Amino acid sequence: MPHTTTAPEAMTNRSLRAYLYGLPGVDEVGAAARAKDLSTRSVKTTAKATAIDLAISMVDLTTLEGADTPGKVRALCTKAAHPDPADRTVPTVGAVCVYPDMVANAVTALRGTGVEVASVATAFPSGRAPLEAKLVDTRHAVAEGATEIDMVIDRGAFLAGDYLKVFEEITAVKEACGDAHLKVILETGELVTYDNVRRASHLAIRAGADFIKTSTGKIAPAATLPVVLVMLEAVRDHHAATGRRVGVKPAGGIRTTKDAIRHLVLVNETTGPAWLTPDLFRIGASSLLNDLLMQRTKLTTGTYPGPDHYTQD
Amino acid sequence: MAERRTGAKKKQAGTDVPSRLAVRKTYKLYLGGAFPRSESGRSYPVTSADGDHLANASLASRKDARDAVVAARKAFGDWSGRTAYNRGQILYRVAEVLEGRRAQFVDQVMTFQGATRAEADRIVSATIDDWVHHAGWTDKFAQVLGGVNPVAGPYYNHSAPEPTGVVVVFAPQNAPLLGLTSVVAPIIATGNTAVVVASENAPLVAIDLAEVFATSDLPGGVVNLLTGRVDELGPHLAAHADVDALDLTGCGQRAVEFEKTAAATLTRVLRPGPEADADEGVWLNSTPGTTRLAAFLETKTVWHPIGM
Repeated sequence: MPHTTTAPEAMTNRSLRAYLYGLPGVDEVGAAARAKDLSTRSVKTTAKATAIDLAISMVDLTTLEGADTPGKVRALCTKAAHPDPADRTVPTVGAVCVYPDMVANAVTALRGTGVEVASVATAFPSGRAPLEAKLVDTRHAVAEGATEIDMVIDRGAFLAGDYLKVFEEITAVKEACGDAHLKVILETGELVTYDNVRRASHLAIRAGADFIKTSTGKIAPAATLPVVLVMLEAVRDHHAATGRRVGVKPAGGIRTTKDAIRHLVLVNETTGPAWLTPDLFRIGASSLLNDLLMQRTKLTTGTYPGPDHYTQD
Repeated sequence: MAERRTGAKKKQAGTDVPSRLAVRKTYKLYLGGAFPRSESGRSYPVTSADGDHLANASLASRKDARDAVVAARKAFGDWSGRTAYNRGQILYRVAEVLEGRRAQFVDQVMTFQGATRAEADRIVSATIDDWVHHAGWTDKFAQVLGGVNPVAGPYYNHSAPEPTGVVVVFAPQNAPLLGLTSVVAPIIATGNTAVVVASENAPLVAIDLAEVFATSDLPGGVVNLLTGRVDELGPHLAAHADVDALDLTGCGQRAVEFEKTAAATLTRVLRPGPEADADEGVWLNSTPGTTRLAAFLETKTVWHPIGM
């Protein structure tokens, strides 16, 4: 589907609309069937061990609660750097994802560990704030030391057809990010159709996103396999057209090792193995990490461990 | 089943109308309050005492065992947190529902185990009575097994027994109904949840009993029943770190091995007693006592200053 070759010349709502509506529609039944078919792949023994370690290194360990405290963030950072204190061969997670005011705590706690600090910004999770406020939010997080910014798009504007507003917000935030990587949260649960997901993906990619991310985790449904498939296809098509690789981050609702491995299979079969790296694929999760660690322990020791043996967030 | 064969022969002379096809039950597992087939899709034939084929039972796999432990763990918080009075009501309800199905269970004990009607009647009665017995114990074991301790200081010192957690039970091999009840009832009466590996050669009545659990207000996951091979399921359950205790009654020669495995994860163990290989008749004539109630309890002792 090389429909992404020609970018609109002058950015107007009209040209963006023409571009996005020129994208082929998503076959919903086909996408669901494809995702379901791929989720039956059996991944066992050594392949499973590799997949689990890869998945651990892709986890964006997340805490986005009103009740977050500096202590909780420090505990989470310790876990990110040493997921299993009893086994130092476990890789570190990809990043720790926190609210902007907690970035400084996370940066201090993670210094020297190689774990990135990601921060949500732009009036997360609703995105209902003036652009100035969103930019201040972003600059603050970057100044505090965040190396990755997770922004939310204005779903209201997107659904109302004001694509230019969404596009310009992303470019403005991208500029405010400086060197920090920008992940754009589409909140697919609020976009309703797969066609909208495809359009929002291409819009975000075109506006300069380094990653496109499914959800905030505050809305159900969050990351479902067909949605991730549609987003991976957008990323694949963009790479075919321009040679630029954009990452994908499903977030919310991925709780078990089985779910995580299904996503990895989906990545491998859609965009190819080049995307099987924390630089291009992340999984936003909190409880998933414990299940990955339990499955890893089962593989290495042969004994099913209990959840009591792992820290709660 | 036997009915089907006799039913098929009962064609009425002179007509081509076949007699009604028997509706045969698919014996499945009981996990988390539902009756799923084994994840592996396997089953194994179960025969009566005379060697007739009765039905196929699900042959549970390692993953079914893991799922059962997950279900039992999930149910533990709610079940152990209920009042002793409420647990007693529910166990009594099991007895009530079982009484209503008395005829079915008498038939099954006769068919499955080759008992006479009088024997089967006594076994089912004793099973029902055992549930009533343990329903009574739910709010009494704490007084009997705990209490106020004498200390030489200005303190109160109380000991209170608390449930251990998830208990894996290898049910008696030769006493599939009364034996199974006698080991499971005390475990859940004290607030534990159970993963039960039913008798290998006579698992059907256990699944029928699970249908009683499912309609007795017993929350899903408090009792989970697996049918299958001790040799296959046992090592995984004994090694499982989220299992808090093992009742090794029905695991035969492998008891010592399982106990050693369980030691690696500090799992409490009840060794097989003299009744381990006994048939229903022996369980019928034994008194329940408090050994099995006390086996899966942890004693919590609290010091409290007097006058505060």
